[in-house]
Amino acid sequence: MTVHSQGVAASALEDAPGKAAGKSQTPPPASGSRKVPQPPRGRGRRALPAGLIPYLLLAPAVVSGAVLLLYPLVRNLILSFQEVGRRELITRETVWAGFANYTDLLTDSEFWAVAVRSLLFTAANVVLIMGIGSLIGILLNRLGKKMRLVLSVALVTAWAMPIVASVTVFKWLFDEQFGIANWIMRTLGVSGYEQHNWFETGMATLTIVTVLVVWGSIPFVALNMYAGLTTIGNELYEAARMDGATGWQTFWAVVFPSLKPFFLITTFLEIIWVFKAFTQVYAMNAGGPDRESETLPVFAYIEGQGQFHYGVAAAVSVLTIVMLVAIMSFYFRLILKQEEEQ
Amino acid sequence: MSNVSSDLRAPRRNRRPVRPSAIGKNLLALALAAVFLFPVYWMFSSSLKPQSEILSKDPVFLFTPTLGNYTKATGVDLFWTYVLNSVTVTVGAVFLALVVALAASFAIARMKFRGRKGLVLAVMMAQMAPWEVMVIVMYLIARDGDMLNSIPLLTAIYFVMVLPFTIWTLRGFIAAVPVELEEAALIDGCNRGQAFIKVVFPLLAPGLMSTSLFGFITAWNEFAMVLILNKDKEAQTLTLWLTQFQTAFGSDWGATMAASSLFALPVLVVFLFLQRRAVGGMTAGAVKG
Repeated sequence: MTVHSQGVAASALEDAPGKAAGKSQTPPPASGSRKVPQPPRGRGRRALPAGLIPYLLLAPAVVSGAVLLLYPLVRNLILSFQEVGRRELITRETVWAGFANYTDLLTDSEFWAVAVRSLLFTAANVVLIMGIGSLIGILLNRLGKKMRLVLSVALVTAWAMPIVASVTVFKWLFDEQFGIANWIMRTLGVSGYEQHNWFETGMATLTIVTVLVVWGSIPFVALNMYAGLTTIGNELYEAARMDGATGWQTFWAVVFPSLKPFFLITTFLEIIWVFKAFTQVYAMNAGGPDRESETLPVFAYIEGQGQFHYGVAAAVSVLTIVMLVAIMSFYFRLILKQEEEQ
Repeated sequence: MSNVSSDLRAPRRNRRPVRPSAIGKNLLALALAAVFLFPVYWMFSSSLKPQSEILSKDPVFLFTPTLGNYTKATGVDLFWTYVLNSVTVTVGAVFLALVVALAASFAIARMKFRGRKGLVLAVMMAQMAPWEVMVIVMYLIARDGDMLNSIPLLTAIYFVMVLPFTIWTLRGFIAAVPVELEEAALIDGCNRGQAFIKVVFPLLAPGLMSTSLFGFITAWNEFAMVLILNKDKEAQTLTLWLTQFQTAFGSDWGATMAASSLFALPVLVVFLFLQRRAVGGMTAGAVKG
């Protein structure tokens, strides 16, 4: 049954953390291949006759990626230097704007407010996700079989819940009139929750979004953390115990160093995912009230679709992508290091 | 919650399981399980409640379940169109991605060629593609090409969304199949194509399943792209239907939760079913060396 949760952790979403957990060369859930004696360098990478074949095999993937991903990215960049409003949209003429979209944005206090809000939102979410997620991972490792199964199933269920469905449920949980959140507050004896509006301000809305995102993201971290912990050999723990280490010392001396790549990679992944989260924020309250809960992706969407400032929206999107790329470069450095070690 | 946290304070310095701390751990695990399950439970339970018991100041925990909310949700105009659209884009995207990725990942895992490293990097970067912030440009591209409200375009976009991950994962699975097995098949007189189909492919089945699981979830859940591209009711998917349901039905939370449950159920089932089989298949497979 432990395979159950481990498999989830390693197979869905990302295989990077699974690899971070220590086994080299082994793909996500291939627990069987551990017995295979590993030749020193890259089993399965052996050179086979080359020629045109690899390129033919790769062509469909490369072409579709170029058309539907690369081209839009380039087009996005071009668009950010154009003036595209309601009029240009209808007449379909190209009006170049130079850097106007960027200068407008960078001198606009609203943009800065959204940017700062996005960063704070991301920071708060990632700290909570990594902190609580890791603790739950450690707890999973210490539980007995039955309780571990119970908690794993609960985590997997929360993880599998489609985002749009969970947003809808959270709106219902925090409904002004009949939501259970208000009832819980009343039952706990807190006053002022007769008909409390949980989405009254942008801050309040983003708090609920944070609860949602943290709830939905912890399972990934916790299950991967647990999967990582199980790869640490018992000998290490025993050695630590024989040396008289306390639980806390064992954690810092044994667990943390082995799982450091996991921590780093997962943290960066979470930063990227939260920073570009659109559905959770938009579906919760459409960036409202008064555009006060907009994060950068939502801001770009509303500038474009709501305000018909497509050029500006493209500029926002480019700036967001630049920030993402900056974060990702750290992530890729970590991953590449891992790849080379293999 | 309060009684649980008091149990937590039991001393837990010693690593060996000692009774009081074991009880504390178990209670904490139970409380956490409850927290993670609650929204899902509340969704299903609300969806089965009669209207009168939904609209009550104090939540009702025991009630006679009714399917009335489900009839209401599925009775919405165009419901089956949304279902069909969602199934089409999801199955289409996943199938395309598997076929294209199988070829690509085989090349990456088993062949040496110029630009291999760059390609691996490109796949990794594409996996992180910021689709959510590309919606505006996608809208303009689709509009210029008269492809708004197009199910094929949406399928194609979802296909490219899940493609990098599919390549990445399958690459791992292919690399895990010992090259010796393939060589044995070659020695036995197979050509490379036959060796792939007869030896490698069967061993990949679990990998294909767990990979398609991810693709399925991504495509089924996608929201931003369909929101901006397919404004036409006839071309919408279940995600859009669900987010607009509540607005359309005022505060009919029973029906809204029924809609949510209908939307979430396939994913929950697929997630639990597919990943278990995928793992079971892999461990029971021939990769024993």
